[in-house]
Amino acid sequence: MGISHLSILGAHPDVEVVGVCDTSKMVNDFLSKYGKFNCFTDYQKMIEEVKPEAVVVAVPTKFHYTVIKYLLEKKISVFAEKPFCLNSLQGQELVALAAKNQVVNQVGYHNKFIGTFGEVKRIINSGALGDIYHFVGEAYGPVVVKPKQDTWRSDPSEGGGCLLDYASHVIDLINDLLAPISSVKASLLKSIYSNNVEDAVYSLLELSNGVSGVLSVNWSDDTFRKMSTTITIAGTKGKIVSDANELKVFLKDANSLKGYSKGWNVSYITDLTEEVDFYLRGEEYSAQMDYFIKAVANKVPNSINTFQSAWNTDHAIELIKLSSK
Amino acid sequence: MFGDNQFFAVNHISDEKSRAQSIKFREDSAIIKTLDEARSFGINTFMCTTHDRIANICDIVRSEPEKYKDFSIYPCMPYAHKYANAVTELGIAGTIKQYVPGNLFGSILKGGVAYLSKDFLSIMELLVDAEMKMFKGVNTPVIFLQNVVTDLLLGLHADEILIGFYNYVKKKYNAEAGFITMNMPKLLDVLENGGIKNPIICASINKAGFRMSGGKKIYEDTLKTRQFRAIAMQVLGGGAIAPREALEYVCNLPNIESILFGASSRSNIENTVETIHHFDAVNDRA
Repeated sequence: MGISHLSILGAHPDVEVVGVCDTSKMVNDFLSKYGKFNCFTDYQKMIEEVKPEAVVVAVPTKFHYTVIKYLLEKKISVFAEKPFCLNSLQGQELVALAAKNQVVNQVGYHNKFIGTFGEVKRIINSGALGDIYHFVGEAYGPVVVKPKQDTWRSDPSEGGGCLLDYASHVIDLINDLLAPISSVKASLLKSIYSNNVEDAVYSLLELSNGVSGVLSVNWSDDTFRKMSTTITIAGTKGKIVSDANELKVFLKDANSLKGYSKGWNVSYITDLTEEVDFYLRGEEYSAQMDYFIKAVANKVPNSINTFQSAWNTDHAIELIKLSSK
Repeated sequence: MFGDNQFFAVNHISDEKSRAQSIKFREDSAIIKTLDEARSFGINTFMCTTHDRIANICDIVRSEPEKYKDFSIYPCMPYAHKYANAVTELGIAGTIKQYVPGNLFGSILKGGVAYLSKDFLSIMELLVDAEMKMFKGVNTPVIFLQNVVTDLLLGLHADEILIGFYNYVKKKYNAEAGFITMNMPKLLDVLENGGIKNPIICASINKAGFRMSGGKKIYEDTLKTRQFRAIAMQVLGGGAIAPREALEYVCNLPNIESILFGASSRSNIENTVETIHHFDAVNDRA
């Protein structure tokens, strides 16, 4: 169970939390004592008993397939944490099952709910950059910064490793902003401190629209205080450099895009963020949950971060692994 | 009131600026120099997270009691990153094991037994004590709970823990509890229902409506009609508003007890203090 997911749901006026499942007795005791949540240790028993309309799945990735399949078969809408599945065959099955049973499905790639990246997408779609010929997707942060004891992060069969845990965010962003990754020319998966998994991923990617670029991700970089994700996109008429806070746009021509002038334009997340009703750790986390809730209530289309788009990311992860061998 | 984000490379709009700050404040002496400059303009309160480096600052403050006799630190706990990383890796129980001193909870954490309210309150109290260690002998009249924790507990409806924090810092540290939040109106409801009158709440309050959950209007109405001591933070809206305009907006609101701001240079500190005094004087005359 994700404690911050629950807190966001607990504060949401349109949601009644009918059940919570966690394996920890201590967590369950806390939640039932204070929040008066109805807690379970067996998710199937919970589903049978409380019959929810929708479920948020925040369990280790290796359990995603089994849990999500069970929910989809019961025609329950699902929000799952990222990455989607540990292999693309399982993911494919779930994509098909969600479509067949017509349930709302979403995965927690929260970057798509960050204002700067949303504006990047709008600019790309406007054509103001001309022909896009190159991109660089980067993420750096201090997750594994010394050799230490094994945790789930160091076990590839549990969804550990920089590629699944960290690079997946950047891959998903590239898929969404530009086009799905269709082939991987070469990859370097480097272990810096970890024994069993990679701590950095460097890759040459090609997209389904023919554009190619570079992926550079390192979770053992303690020159960053926290995860920092940057996307650079170069076109014949302009260039974008954007992270989650700051958007820099260079345009060669005047009047190519309303609100932007020739040369460098800088804007900040503060100008590009939609307000939320409850804030915990970032607007994007509340916004993605709100979007899911609205989709379940049929108020918005279920079109952002679908299982299909998350599968595209799983697939790209597999291509990167294959190309590194 | 002086904040600490600039010292620890926390910048909400630019990674480049945060890198520049991290270089500028590499040495503790640079932090002390800036704090002394703030003091020279009459800012004697420093609100800071329980970051490891603050322990060094406390050592310096303790070593010169005469110089810092009017100086107060308002600790904000916990330093969230430390715990967030631990929770992801060790789980919640594992994190508590790592950070709660002593083995008092050894038996409880083994599982099998039911956890009582007093157990959770005791865990909270031990975590507060662990965070407060570095401030021993330093004047800390207000102790804050960080927004990540305040707001997490708020969403989980763990109101009793918030009230428990208030009671504990009063009893143990003879201090008032303050609460940092991004959800000010909601929190005020919970604290009032828990019997806390006129609480100290630090929240984003700015002309741009940035990080004012539920909207600027609800915040303004709350400030106008309810009784609490508000500390305005992020008054520049992360840099979206020009300083003068930003401070004019905040100074014109009722119930603002204090403004929290951070600055890296002497001239910025001086300008901010002068501007606040200017608008305060205008309002006093009105």
